[in-house]
Amino acid sequence: MVSARETAGSVPDPEFPALTIADLGILRDVREADGAVTVTITPTYSGCPAMAQIAADLRRRLERAGFRDVAVRTELSPPWTTDWITPDGRRKLAEAGIAPPGERAGPVLVPLAIRCPRCGSPDTRELARFSGTACKALYQCQVCKEPFEHVKEH
Amino acid sequence: MSDDESEFDAYLSLADVTEDDHRWAFGTGFADPLAGLGEAVPPGVDPAALAERCLALGDDALIYSHRLQQWVTWAPELEEETALANIALDLLGQARLLLTRAGQAEGKSRDEDQLAFFRDEREFRNVRLVERADADFAELAARLLVFSAWRLALFDRLTADSDPVLAAIAAKAVKELTYHRDYAAAWVIRLGDGTDYSHAKAQAALDALWPYTGELDLDADAAAYLEGVFAEATLTRPSAPPLAPVAGKTGRDGTHTEAMGYILAELQSVARANPEATW
Repeated sequence: MVSARETAGSVPDPEFPALTIADLGILRDVREADGAVTVTITPTYSGCPAMAQIAADLRRRLERAGFRDVAVRTELSPPWTTDWITPDGRRKLAEAGIAPPGERAGPVLVPLAIRCPRCGSPDTRELARFSGTACKALYQCQVCKEPFEHVKEH
Repeated sequence: MSDDESEFDAYLSLADVTEDDHRWAFGTGFADPLAGLGEAVPPGVDPAALAERCLALGDDALIYSHRLQQWVTWAPELEEETALANIALDLLGQARLLLTRAGQAEGKSRDEDQLAFFRDEREFRNVRLVERADADFAELAARLLVFSAWRLALFDRLTADSDPVLAAIAAKAVKELTYHRDYAAAWVIRLGDGTDYSHAKAQAALDALWPYTGELDLDADAAAYLEGVFAEATLTRPSAPPLAPVAGKTGRDGTHTEAMGYILAELQSVARANPEATW
């Protein structure tokens, strides 16, 4: 039988279907005791509309995997940061054409050029500070002209 | 489970509607956003005062989010459209968390929906600044700047609140508000330090909203930040006196401007027409 943690970790994110909630660092904790499973998740942004969907997906997958008593709880503190996106998650974002966030070093963000996910050029510019979702900004590559999204350091 | 199925998990689970799980579209689960966060108010924290604090801050976010949502389809460019929708969504998320916490502290079994949709105007505790309808894009940028700078400084202090839930909500919101403030500052500078026409519009916007800032109790950090932006934008900080209280009462006491009734009518009419409906 697949463990509760593996099952919970395999749930795709509704906004980034190529990544799982474990890749994104949204999955905080999975506990199993006497057949009951408690999953703890964390929202990326306060208004993230995907939270209810993720909770429903978690219950559905875990129940299908044979876990009967499933509870999903929310944890706000410490607040989610893009630093929790795993190296695997960053690779998958880039493969999906979305520039991954840079690493935050302590409280200060190290300003690194955002590389074009298509041609790799660091010569890119920000078109808009927000994009299709709150967690992304819109960029364009100055070399190959590709417009692309970038997961903002948060 | 096949790979095919996993890719469409989000869509498949929409079909899994059970008796106690009514959902009709993506994102409308509307489950308690504080699920499992712990309802208990810790010892040493006055529940009534906590409820009042959360209600006021939740109402600021709810009403201002509604005003920002009204810009959707009216923004000058698609990029501003998505920015404003995202800022409105962040504030709506903050409102949901704060109203839920207010309901828990109050102890009258009122949830976020009951507080948002079934209170009357005099029970709302938002500052009057958030009620105004923006006359133009300059007013939008100027108010967003002042509101975000004020709220950011306030929430920065709340990260050390004696209620750990409110402190956690504040810590999340601080990151969002920083981004909102910087977005608004960029626009105020662009308009203020732009053409004669955009400068006049930006100054007029600041003059129009300044009386409403009397209720904000801006701290030194927020005031210094605003001064810096105004200087870069070549704008003059207005010296207009604050909007007078009505019979000694302001927005925080439940006394609002004429605009508030219209906002609530739009915000609450559907929920009130169908009070038994489930999302």
